[in-house]
Amino acid sequence: MMTRTIFSGFGGQGVLSMGFTLANAAMLEGKYVTYLPSYGVEVRGGTANCTVVVSDEEIASPVASEPEFVVAMNQPSFNRFQNILSSGGLICVNASLVNTDSVRMDIELLSIPTSELAEKLGTIKVGNMIILGAFIKASGIISFDAMIKNLAELLGEGKSKLIKLNKEALEMGFDYVKE
Amino acid sequence: MKKLMSGNAALGEAAILSGCMCYFGYPITPQNELTEYMAKRMNELGRVFIQSESEIAAINMVLGASATGARAMTSSSSPGMSLKQEGISYLAADELPAVVVDMVRGGPGMGNISPAQSDYLQATRGGGHGDYKTIVLAPGSVQELTEIVPLAFDLADQYRNPVIILGDGMLGQMMEPVDFDNIKPPKEYPKDYVLTGAEGRPSRMIRSLLFDTKEEEEHNWKLVRKYHRMQQNEIRYETFLIDDAEMVVVAYGIGARIARGAIKRLRQDNIKVGMVRPITAWPFPAPILQELAKTVHEFFVFEMSAGQLIEDVRLALAGQGHIHFYGRPGGVVPTPVELYRIIGRHYYMASGRKQP
Repeated sequence: MMTRTIFSGFGGQGVLSMGFTLANAAMLEGKYVTYLPSYGVEVRGGTANCTVVVSDEEIASPVASEPEFVVAMNQPSFNRFQNILSSGGLICVNASLVNTDSVRMDIELLSIPTSELAEKLGTIKVGNMIILGAFIKASGIISFDAMIKNLAELLGEGKSKLIKLNKEALEMGFDYVKE
Repeated sequence: MKKLMSGNAALGEAAILSGCMCYFGYPITPQNELTEYMAKRMNELGRVFIQSESEIAAINMVLGASATGARAMTSSSSPGMSLKQEGISYLAADELPAVVVDMVRGGPGMGNISPAQSDYLQATRGGGHGDYKTIVLAPGSVQELTEIVPLAFDLADQYRNPVIILGDGMLGQMMEPVDFDNIKPPKEYPKDYVLTGAEGRPSRMIRSLLFDTKEEEEHNWKLVRKYHRMQQNEIRYETFLIDDAEMVVVAYGIGARIARGAIKRLRQDNIKVGMVRPITAWPFPAPILQELAKTVHEFFVFEMSAGQLIEDVRLALAGQGHIHFYGRPGGVVPTPVELYRIIGRHYYMASGRKQP
């Protein structure tokens, strides 16, 4: 089984760290994984994206021309990446910023009111972790429990103070998505 | 314990574990993370890191460091590699060890910053002026860098010759799980040529200026004998499903990785395709292709360029068999599915069988 996900949004929304956290968590589960950041002529405030491939066997290419999953944190990313999503794929959207009226009919849409949820935690900075929690519930790519267990390792030493907040954010997103 | 690291960062760590004492670099995408990693780590370890004023300065700093016996490395990407060629020619002429990393991007000219394989000929034909060769190692995954980098330093010291690590933008940028458990502490090599101050011994000289044509010719033949030894002893490659193959793909680096994905799909359709992946682009693994040509007629070259590796395959096969080709220049990275369709079509055309 192989899944390809593109995380996308504005630079500064934590898009690359979302992908890196997922890739790292998948690695700790013993899966094959590649993480490829976009390194084009991106500028601060411009768009950023990364591709994460998680698989039970060797990964031939870290590029996803037709991903199964897309996480779109802003409107330009939604417009661009919903078009390359494979039919029947899932797009997980930051509903606080994205108008999804134009969504394709053959894909599944998951709207998360990220900003509204983040306000309950007192900071918009963990919006990416809320949407990552929701995405993991909806996609089932990795085990959520294992990820929470490994959170200290995933966030690294520099962020040890922020473990509790990130855990709450991930759980909030995870619980927001119904079975 | 595996860590998720980019190819650039993993290459830096592998170089440090291989005893790289001096790193000189000048920024260029897509290899900047290597320079960034070395800036931090070399300083922590009390080793030498210099961000030079240009690529030309960096390669000449490598020459200077190497002349004192230190393991030295520089890195760049295609346009920057062109600038380094003069220094690489001097290193080869002076018989000085050095490791030079090229994370290839789309060209020619400034080109772009996407992954490409269009500097194969520059790397494998010497690249600069004069009759010289460099060993060229072409890794295909982040983990493989942990074997390639210590090997590069060892071969450089063993043969006293520059060694090129030929990667591409994707290998540099992509993160994969990696561990460094297999890297052993660096071996000691005889350093009877290094310039360390002549107190208590006769003085030495390192130079490539040989006005006497006879002397220069002798020096050239000495180098040629060394290159022959490399061709005899240092060819490295990997084979994949060649035992029953009716068509053999030749691809290297990231290209081979994409081809592997395509071949797995072809095998599911019962199409008997295998692969030879050169790990040393120079010396080129011609003998395995010559051996295969006794039983296989169809060869398929895939590379992310308009056709450079194919020249070595032609030379190796020397008219035997039939060579198919698919190239994507300009920084385009085809998907395994695309390559699966192309190879499949060529296979059916060659076999005369009907494509289902």
